Amino acid sequence: MKRVVITGAGTINALAHDVPGTLAAFRDGRCGITELDIRDKDRLSIQIGGQVHNWDPEAHFNRQQIVLYDKFTQFTLLAAREAVAQSGLNFDGHLGYDTGVVLGTAGGGVNTWDENYRAVYEEGKNRVHPFVVPKLMNNAAASHLSMEFNLKGPSFTVATACASSNHAMGLAFHMIRSGMVQAMLTGGSESMLCFGGIKAWEGLRVMSKDVCRPFSLNRNGMVQGEGAAVFVFEEYDHARARGAQILAEVAGFAMTSDAADIVMPSKQGAARAIAGALKDARLNGDEVGYINAHGTGTAANDKTECAAVADVFGPHADRLMISSTKSMHGHLIGGTGAVELLACIMALRDGIIAPTIGYEEPDPECALDVVPNVAREAKVDVVLSNAFAFGGLNAVIALRRI
Amino acid sequence: MDDSIRTKVIQILAEQAVLDPSDVKLDSTLESLGIDSLGLVESIFAIEEAFDISVPFNANEPTQSDFDISSVAAIVRAVEALVAAKAA
Repeated sequence: MKRVVITGAGTINALAHDVPGTLAAFRDGRCGITELDIRDKDRLSIQIGGQVHNWDPEAHFNRQQIVLYDKFTQFTLLAAREAVAQSGLNFDGHLGYDTGVVLGTAGGGVNTWDENYRAVYEEGKNRVHPFVVPKLMNNAAASHLSMEFNLKGPSFTVATACASSNHAMGLAFHMIRSGMVQAMLTGGSESMLCFGGIKAWEGLRVMSKDVCRPFSLNRNGMVQGEGAAVFVFEEYDHARARGAQILAEVAGFAMTSDAADIVMPSKQGAARAIAGALKDARLNGDEVGYINAHGTGTAANDKTECAAVADVFGPHADRLMISSTKSMHGHLIGGTGAVELLACIMALRDGIIAPTIGYEEPDPECALDVVPNVAREAKVDVVLSNAFAFGGLNAVIALRRI
Repeated sequence: MDDSIRTKVIQILAEQAVLDPSDVKLDSTLESLGIDSLGLVESIFAIEEAFDISVPFNANEPTQSDFDISSVAAIVRAVEALVAAKAA
């Protein structure tokens, strides 16, 4: 089996429009959740989100591109440009045939659906723009990455709600490890912060109206975010041979299904995915120094996740650190695991653990070291990133310092 | 207050619990009716639609909500209060 490393990273999210800015925000424990700036906000009962502000598509794309790119595609392209530039790879030659794209998104072009439903239902128009379908389809971002960078290998998009990015990155890892391809662009994107996208979430009554405080006893729900993160995954010898800067090794991956409930999480399903990732990476639990939690800030997720971690790690659960950066960038739904992988890379490379901000009161059902409010310096060699989706689909990635 | 609110609330909860309305008593709890958290969220939606009111309820902190869900009688009282507040 081949080894797989990360040689490039890019992002745009509520904290910053690039990786250095995002990592600085993680270090500072800065919150990117604000009042929403969207149409018909006054008709929403949830009016906050991890929104990308000061977004100017004209600064990055021409008119012909913008008519084809939903915001989730725009975010993906921006993140991919940063990742590919960092990797130093050029796909114009034979490498392009040996590289593909696997991305995660839950909703795809939600803004495009929203705007065009509004046009035909609310405004009574009987005609929409000819590019609505290619703009809103879930694979649009993956396809535009393939075109922008000449990637002609296996490319597709996976949709597993809040685990989409982790599933995507896990598959990219598998494809390189098996020798199918030399490199992959992978990660995920979401742009659901529009009237219809938030209205749908309001219905579940799991959203906070004021702040996302994962693991805190007084937490009152999740806060949606938006944005993207994209990584260059590359076969280890290929990266070594060209002297590439290696950010981390992708050591293992596992996915499980609860087969139980469409919204309520399962401790067993989560624990099997965590244990599976360790086994896949041939790691012992006590080697794990940090876990980037799914940590949505809902009553159900946080206590179930902590119980799963306690089950898998036993006494070591009290020694490892676990934090939720959703407290800063919000829940990016299908893109969330990708942005959160940045905190994992920061932990391994910079020795800085991103905090769980907004933390006020210990919850006896979440009695782990959640790195409350302030980032911490710590040398860690192995980290995990959890994602547990509606539908009971769990995906956990293990990274190792290299 | 007439009892039409009570009748309607009981009808909504009975439909959610797949019971005959006569089997839903005022001292019944959601648990005794077999209504789980998802069923509760759906019932509250049905109540909001039936009475054209907005129910303050967050599934993350059900006990801290102003909307008392401890029994059928409590829910009926809470809905009556919301309907009265709307009329006022």
